[in-house]
Amino acid sequence: MKDIILEVKDLSVNYKNKNILDGINLEIEKGKIYSIIGPNGCGKTTLIRMMSKSLKPKRGRVLLHGDDIFEMKSKDIAKRMAILNQNNTTISDITVRKLVQYGRYSYKNWWSGLDKEDEDIIEWAMEKTFVTSLKNRRIDTLSGGERQRVWLAMSIAQKPEILLLDEPTTYLDICHQLEILELVTKLNKEEGITIIMVLHDINHAVGYSDEIIVINNKNIYAKGDSWSILETKVIEEVFNVKTQTMIDKETNKPIFYAKKVI
Amino acid sequence: MEESLSLKDRKGFKIGFIIFLTILLFIAFLVGNIKGTLQVEAKRIFEVIMTDDGSPERMVIWNIRLPRMILAALVGANLALSGAILQGVMKNPLADPSIIGISSGAGLLGIVVLVVFPQYIGLVPIAAFVGAMVAAFLIYILSWKGGIQTTRIILAGVAVSALFGAGISGILVFYSDRVHGALTFMNGSLSSRSWPEVWTILPYTIIGFILVNIFSEKLNILILGDDVARGVGLNVEATRLGFTALAAFLAASAVSVVGLLGFVGLIVPHSIRLIIGNDYKYMFPATALLGSVLLMFSDTFARTFLSPTEIPVGIVMAVVGAPFFLFLLRRE
Repeated sequence: MKDIILEVKDLSVNYKNKNILDGINLEIEKGKIYSIIGPNGCGKTTLIRMMSKSLKPKRGRVLLHGDDIFEMKSKDIAKRMAILNQNNTTISDITVRKLVQYGRYSYKNWWSGLDKEDEDIIEWAMEKTFVTSLKNRRIDTLSGGERQRVWLAMSIAQKPEILLLDEPTTYLDICHQLEILELVTKLNKEEGITIIMVLHDINHAVGYSDEIIVINNKNIYAKGDSWSILETKVIEEVFNVKTQTMIDKETNKPIFYAKKVI
Repeated sequence: MEESLSLKDRKGFKIGFIIFLTILLFIAFLVGNIKGTLQVEAKRIFEVIMTDDGSPERMVIWNIRLPRMILAALVGANLALSGAILQGVMKNPLADPSIIGISSGAGLLGIVVLVVFPQYIGLVPIAAFVGAMVAAFLIYILSWKGGIQTTRIILAGVAVSALFGAGISGILVFYSDRVHGALTFMNGSLSSRSWPEVWTILPYTIIGFILVNIFSEKLNILILGDDVARGVGLNVEATRLGFTALAAFLAASAVSVVGLLGFVGLIVPHSIRLIIGNDYKYMFPATALLGSVLLMFSDTFARTFLSPTEIPVGIVMAVVGAPFFLFLLRRE
């Protein structure tokens, strides 16, 4: 029996009278890592923003444990699902500790302060993401990689079952890209958090996810594990590039190489 | 190695600064009551406030200076809080009820009641609130394009302000025989205001001050951006609507008793941000206090500088505020 945690049913989205996504159906299994890839403007960011209720669809539903998120309270969603947005460019002078603390917002009422459990979770979230030493720094003084880890700390302080990440590695150098991806994998393995992320780099998707979802032409073009995506012509058809696939002998995972534009 | 908090981030510093402002408030209150054509000693002020001894000091303090100082404090606090809220919900450091047209919205409907339907003068605060809300929502509608955009807000605000300003001028032209009351309304002045105005605005200040402090954390989260705020579970639409209404409520109450008074909502929150940072938990009390202090000192100055002639305090505020506005523009 598959344990479906999130289900997208017949989802269609229009933006400025233009159809962006058309009748998407998708099932997300608990405990897995999913990567969404696709060419620029294919609607992958729209899909993930829809899953987190940041945008409203024209038609269709997103079910979290069977409940329609568009009918749920924001606080109830936040306790189960966290999102790391694409460009968190917020120029804010709040401290890291304070930002991570906002991850606990959905568990609090306006009259209740932080209790011992909140304090422990905040400490845990900062430790998991290696930002404890930064806790007194202001977020506008952090580097890109540090900042991304801090946002991640805030997300996991929500104690979510699902973590959505929209291009978490954009604007980071290669070392910090891998650092974030390894961190996400660790959260998946150690905490059992289901991960859905939009990625630009196909090799990252291949290397770090259980399943890859390829979006093209307003719909899901292909879905499957790394081999099933790379062995077929999917990448060539969707991205219009000539490709070659090799094997990483250490992990037995495929490595992909784009040779030229078709 | 953990770095320690910088001074600006320390709780003690922020609380210390708020205490300092409270002391300043007390000084402003004393100076405002001492200064004037009739100089009253500090010690006498408390005597005549506590007991009615029939002396001329009692007359001056109780009927004129005391209510006027209290009114200045309340109006200053309301306008400053309104500006602090608007800067947060509109994500724009230049948002101020007078610059983006919320005050002129309140002013237009206030003047309509004052000039066209003077028999309903008691409805001025409500009319002003409706005008302020209409202005706020016009600004949102005009500047909304898949989210709030900072520059569009200011442009929309300037347009809304001009529109309501034209409405005010129109009323003044068509009803030129009845404009006397409306003219002082236009220029923001505290002269000849007394206890009735204090009682009108006091509930607004109390309710507004309590609400902003209860919900300050929501605004802290909102300024991180709509997506982030929604992600951690904040009801973004309700929060923005609620705070906008609160800002309109505070600005409208101030406008309905002293008329159009600019720049308080701009200068004060910004000065506070520079000193203790953007955390609304501390910003709101500090902003309210500094707003009060600024308006009390400005009014005392306006009243005594060219004595016996009185300068409308709105002019004093403009002289201080306009250069500050330019300074902020340069910094952006």
